[in-house]
Amino acid sequence: MSNRRRPLMTPPPGLALPVRRRSVLRGMSAGAVTLGAGGLLSACGVESASQTESSCTSEDLSAEEQQVVWSNWPAYIDPTQQDDSTLGTFEDRTGITVDYTDDVNDNSDFYAKVRNQLGACESTGRDMFTLTDWMAAKMIGLGWLQELDKSNLPNVEANLIDSLRSPSWDPERKYSVPWQSGLTGIAYNADLVSEVGSFEDLLTRSELKGKITLLSEMPDTMLFMLLLVGADPEDFSDDEWGQALDRLTEVKDSGQIRQFTGNDYRQDLAQGNIAACEAWSGDVIQLQFDNPAIKFVAPEEGLALWSDNSLVPNLATHKANAEKLMDYYYDPRVAAELVAWVNYICPVQGAQEAMTKIAPGLVDNVLIFPDDQLLSQTWDFMALSPDQEAEYQEDFAQVIGA
Amino acid sequence: MSGPAASTATSTETSTTTPRKRRSIGWLLLLPGALWLAAFFVTPLVQLVATSLYDPNGSVEAGYAMTWSWGNYTEALDFYSEPFIRGFVYAGIATVLCLLIGYPLAYAIVFKAGRWKNLMLVLVIAPFFTSFLVRTLAWKLILADNGFVVSTFKTLGLVDDDGRLLATGFAVVAGLTYNFLPFMVLPLYASLERLDHRLIEAAGDLYASPAQGFRKVTLPLSMPGVVAGTLLTFIPSAGDFINSQLLGDTNQTMIGNSIQTLFEAGSYPAASALSVTLMALIIVMVAIYIRRAGTEELL
Repeated sequence: MSNRRRPLMTPPPGLALPVRRRSVLRGMSAGAVTLGAGGLLSACGVESASQTESSCTSEDLSAEEQQVVWSNWPAYIDPTQQDDSTLGTFEDRTGITVDYTDDVNDNSDFYAKVRNQLGACESTGRDMFTLTDWMAAKMIGLGWLQELDKSNLPNVEANLIDSLRSPSWDPERKYSVPWQSGLTGIAYNADLVSEVGSFEDLLTRSELKGKITLLSEMPDTMLFMLLLVGADPEDFSDDEWGQALDRLTEVKDSGQIRQFTGNDYRQDLAQGNIAACEAWSGDVIQLQFDNPAIKFVAPEEGLALWSDNSLVPNLATHKANAEKLMDYYYDPRVAAELVAWVNYICPVQGAQEAMTKIAPGLVDNVLIFPDDQLLSQTWDFMALSPDQEAEYQEDFAQVIGA
Repeated sequence: MSGPAASTATSTETSTTTPRKRRSIGWLLLLPGALWLAAFFVTPLVQLVATSLYDPNGSVEAGYAMTWSWGNYTEALDFYSEPFIRGFVYAGIATVLCLLIGYPLAYAIVFKAGRWKNLMLVLVIAPFFTSFLVRTLAWKLILADNGFVVSTFKTLGLVDDDGRLLATGFAVVAGLTYNFLPFMVLPLYASLERLDHRLIEAAGDLYASPAQGFRKVTLPLSMPGVVAGTLLTFIPSAGDFINSQLLGDTNQTMIGNSIQTLFEAGSYPAASALSVTLMALIIVMVAIYIRRAGTEELL
């Protein structure tokens, strides 16, 4: 059994306090025999996984070790193997080696991966990872992240766009730096169907029956369900949540929805298995390069606006290096090169001007550099308390998993 | 597991070495297996049962207290009875299909394949050389809405003009059948291979027709293979979630999907309660089945 894993069984209260993990494990097999099964189970329980700055202190070895380990989402950076890639240039310029892995497929998935270590104040082996707003908020609440040193982030201070400077869950951007932003809306294949202009349309048009997918990320999908029942996704009641959930159940039972997916809707949309779906803006722009018939629509109900954020977890030993890396991507030229590849919304002021030299065709793309008119149609998802979050996630799981 | 211990017990009576030493060797031989089982089977199982009884209002932030919440079970069964039933029905159909396809296949390999026997066996095992996931994804391509299978079926009138194969119960059962067929064929092959050919000849000598010979001699003697094969097919397919996730739609969820979704959403007590229930139901079904079918020659 891996000793990095937090012991899920705590010793019975009678035992002396400093019990080593291994002896607990060893004791368990003996305990199964000696104690009755009931007694053993009674001794189980899981402690709170919250940490504080004093309960979990980290050390920064950046000065001695010129490296940084970073986990990011697939297809979320320009190809890293090439010498003139943005990442390669960073390594040449600073002498810092970046160990880059794209092992974040889904927020909940990644959370499950690091939860045991971070909850027990053990190292995840990563110096930096990139997660969506709601998950970043959750980790801040759990005390799992290190506070960033703003003196290492001059470009971020200068160039972060105003609309992202003060999110409700991290008002001073103490723990997070946006990596990219994006929109959730509707994508459809113009070869197969006429324009799908609203979620109402997507969920009720009969020719789309069994030909659409929705996202398995709870805040994405439920934001639109809340809008459909007339609620404000930034401020809704339990009642309204219940109505939105009923609406989703009803649509699911009708057979309209083919699947709930993560990033994998891309293949089904490209192959023509689905005609329309709830989709992320950057994915759709990337798919358009191969198939111009795939279109992104801002639904009549509105769009979801979200960001993915660079975060430094507890016990990361190269925080200063990670900060250098975050700051490097806030150089408008670098930001423009990156966004020309990933096609999401660029959070860096000045990147639009820099883009004229890199990919002039993208300068006026409102899905990359949104104008005020588009931004006025966007919604956030309400910040949830830990209890609400757990309850809503379970409610959502019951609908998509039953 | 009682094998080594029992044999040492009988041999001590005639042996000249001290009985105690002999006995301790038996226990020593059991030790690695027992430790392995304790670490990787008993511990997680106890943990799973414990988690299924935690306070359902707990969370990662607050921790989970052991509150003996049996309500987790009633609630889970209340909400998830449909995926439970669907899971068992799909697994049952897939098992029957595997038997119908697998028995003639195993029979042909043993009695009719001649020098192709080894090649055919390798072909049965060959799919294992690639990943389970890749093979299931391949079925997504084969059954795709604009693929040749669907268009052929449409021409033949087997599928409605606006119908589909992918994301239907048919695709899920087909995927299960495909993925677990080798688990049916191999035990059937083993029991048919072991069968004494002279018995079939004797049946013929006694004026049994080939059909009678099969019914009265071959089939009864291959029953251990049938029992082993059906168990090896039914048990994993009842808990499978990959096939219904990739090949089914939102109304074809099996219980494995429900458990996986709940674990991802962080509802550990509910997910554990479902897992324990699934395990218990399978054990009960298998126990009844084995009792009726008999297992004298199974092990």
